[in-house]
Amino acid sequence: MTTPGIPDLQHTPGDELVPDTDEATLEQKETVGLSQAQIVRRRFFRHKGAMISLIVLLAVLVLSVTSIGIGPIPGWWQWTPYDRPLPQNPRGEPTLNLPIFGGDGFAIGDHPMGQDETGRDLFAAIMRGIQNTMVVIIVLAILSTTLGVVVGAVSGYFGGWWDAVLMRLTDIIIIIPVILITAVAGYALGASGVLTVAIVMGLFLWVGLARLVRAEFLALREREFVDAARVAGASSARIIFKHILPNSVGVIVVNMTLLLGAGILTEVALSFLGFGIRPPDISLGSLISQYSGALTTRPWLFVWPGVFIIIIVLCIQFIGDGLRDAFDPRQKRIPKQKDLKEAEVDIPADGQS
Amino acid sequence: MAMYIVRRLIAGFFVVLGASFIVYILVSNAGDPLEKAFGIQDPVARQQAITTLTNTLNLDVNPVLRYFLWLKGVAGCAIGQCDFGISLTTNQPVADDLVGRILITLKLVLAASVLAVMIGIAIGIITALRQYSGFDYTVTFFTFLFFSLPVFFVAVLLKEFVAIQFNDFLVSGAYIPWWFIWLVTIIAFSVGYSLIGGSQPRRLLFGGAGALIVFGIVYYMSVTQWLLDPGLGPIVIALAGLGIALGVTELSAGIKNKKALNTALTTAAVGLALWYPLQFLFYEGMSLLLLLALAAVALAVGAGIGYLWGGDDRALSARTGALTALVMSSVIFLDRSMQAWNAYSSDSAIRGRPIKTIGDSQAGLEGDFWIHSVDLFTHLLLPTIALILISLASYTRYTRASMLEVLNQDYIRTARAKGLTERTVIMRHAFRNALIPLATIVAFDIGQLLGGAVITETVFQWDAMGRLFQQGLLNNDPNPVMAFFLVVAVIAVLFNIIADLLYAVLDPRIRVGST
Repeated sequence: MTTPGIPDLQHTPGDELVPDTDEATLEQKETVGLSQAQIVRRRFFRHKGAMISLIVLLAVLVLSVTSIGIGPIPGWWQWTPYDRPLPQNPRGEPTLNLPIFGGDGFAIGDHPMGQDETGRDLFAAIMRGIQNTMVVIIVLAILSTTLGVVVGAVSGYFGGWWDAVLMRLTDIIIIIPVILITAVAGYALGASGVLTVAIVMGLFLWVGLARLVRAEFLALREREFVDAARVAGASSARIIFKHILPNSVGVIVVNMTLLLGAGILTEVALSFLGFGIRPPDISLGSLISQYSGALTTRPWLFVWPGVFIIIIVLCIQFIGDGLRDAFDPRQKRIPKQKDLKEAEVDIPADGQS
Repeated sequence: MAMYIVRRLIAGFFVVLGASFIVYILVSNAGDPLEKAFGIQDPVARQQAITTLTNTLNLDVNPVLRYFLWLKGVAGCAIGQCDFGISLTTNQPVADDLVGRILITLKLVLAASVLAVMIGIAIGIITALRQYSGFDYTVTFFTFLFFSLPVFFVAVLLKEFVAIQFNDFLVSGAYIPWWFIWLVTIIAFSVGYSLIGGSQPRRLLFGGAGALIVFGIVYYMSVTQWLLDPGLGPIVIALAGLGIALGVTELSAGIKNKKALNTALTTAAVGLALWYPLQFLFYEGMSLLLLLALAAVALAVGAGIGYLWGGDDRALSARTGALTALVMSSVIFLDRSMQAWNAYSSDSAIRGRPIKTIGDSQAGLEGDFWIHSVDLFTHLLLPTIALILISLASYTRYTRASMLEVLNQDYIRTARAKGLTERTVIMRHAFRNALIPLATIVAFDIGQLLGGAVITETVFQWDAMGRLFQQGLLNNDPNPVMAFFLVVAVIAVLFNIIADLLYAVLDPRIRVGST
């Protein structure tokens, strides 16, 4: 039987080679001679939604960092979130002018997203909020992922007492709703800056990931390649980090993006309720909370922060979706009609060479 | 099995105990309940306030020991004397109105969960069956978008654009604007076009027919100002009954199964015949208990009709009958509730603005059961929409993924190869197995949803469990916070156990007793 897509070397010249051009063939042909990482990278880059999202997310990040600067370093934007310039328009209406909104010509103006009743420039405030959101993303990505992977790996690999103790711990944390535990813990630790809020969230959000990693380790530790490594004298640490972990990286990466999306929403919800980032610092959630009464009088104050939350979380969702597709070996791309035709031409040619 | 449940309950008990200890220590460090008392100017009154507070909250005891004092009060629940401590904000025992608050929160969460699960599963299955179609991509985009929405953001938008503007629209005479009619028609066409498989003309035909029907209905609603005084009447109920009978039969047994079809049609006819006599019963006096009893009777009648028609598979016919009866009775319930709409809307407490933006019930509203159920509906509408939008995403994605996984299994190929119809393959072989992982997720989500109720209740100003927690934490008032936590934790643990049991019931490969 001819393996689809891979030329049968045993066949005598002159045999009629029927090209089997189904989806599997195409997939195999595309991945010949590539390492696992290359295949994953390639699949990810091909995922249009994920790539667009990645670019948008990076653009938002760059915009927020360069516009108002970080810490003592000033940015190119003329206001900071703490300036109180005089209102440009009556009621501080946005000066952003786009032809599609019914304006005549394009103009950014001094306050593209408007000002609030004290004159604060909303664009600068939102950029500060985005910076805080990015801090949450980074802290969660490092802290929660490390905790989740370590706890999951230890309890999955060693089993026994380790497993029993660690899993009871995750049981205890997992039944407490995230919003409750982070609110109470944040309040207890006096968290009001973004870093403390993010760390508190990171300390409690890892449990879901830990369970998934444990399940992955339980399955992988019984596999032959792990036995082979053990027989060859590899230490437990080496087996965990060199042999099992690279095989579960798909689960970890995909769930990390899901965790980040949920984490951002948790942070804005906490700040909305008054338990997260507190004034004078700014969170997108506290902006919405502060301006939620202004929807009819000053709609821009309420809409813009929400739009940026949605953009950030949506991008992370799509990146996660792209990563899931990229890491899933069973994932099939529907070939376009053109690709099928090309494959039909190619395969016999390969067979002859 | 019984051993397993007992063991899980004991383990759950200790988990709640451990978690409550952690939360208690955190809460006791979260803020000083004496803060307000220290602010009193008069030194004598200040000293008195501090002493009173210290006594009521046992503040002179170390937090670790105080936990056990609190636990002793809670343990009283076992003998029917719950003591969750005193709330500082109300100066009343927390346990007093706890049950009432739990019921209000459950009302909020259950309605949204049930609807979100049903809609999510339906959409997930359709997108799995039409994988990589335009419909699939559109739905994927929207589920991602809805998932990214913070609930408090949606809530404010809903209040403005759904509630206030809809009320304005009702006040101004309920004439539906043309752009809206066309929009709904176009949506109906695209949904019909993309849902139906097969050839181009067939899809165009279904899309066009759907658009035409929807256009007719919406236009009729506009011209007759139907939304001011809605009602279905016997003719619409008869048509709906026919549709329900055909639809339920198609999904459960296939339209070719004559016995099942006859069952469904008979059940629908019985429902229609009972519509008029039922109106008197509804008028005489109605309660929730009676309603549930009627629903049970309807189920029994439907199943009985199916059993009498029999056929090769009596159970199948009985199921079809019961399902038809359930849907049919919901239509009759809907019709009766609609009849109360006008009375509700013109009530002096409502003043023609029925959709409510805040609260869980209208104060000062007088009326019978129907008026109050409409009142419940108008208050539940906005929070439910907000919660559905947000939780829909995960159910749709999970159902789609699990359905695709199942559809790629060998036994599905076997089922197709042995000549079963596509309906049987999907409904019987694929759908049931795809639901198994979902059972776990749904049960697990209930706990998180209760936690999320904090935000929903804050934005919609419902005074229930979430409010208890938020106000308690803001005012450095530990006992309400602990009460909220305990209720949520117990419910979460119970639902986790239920999830594992369900898993075992649904999937015979998993033996719960074996570990």
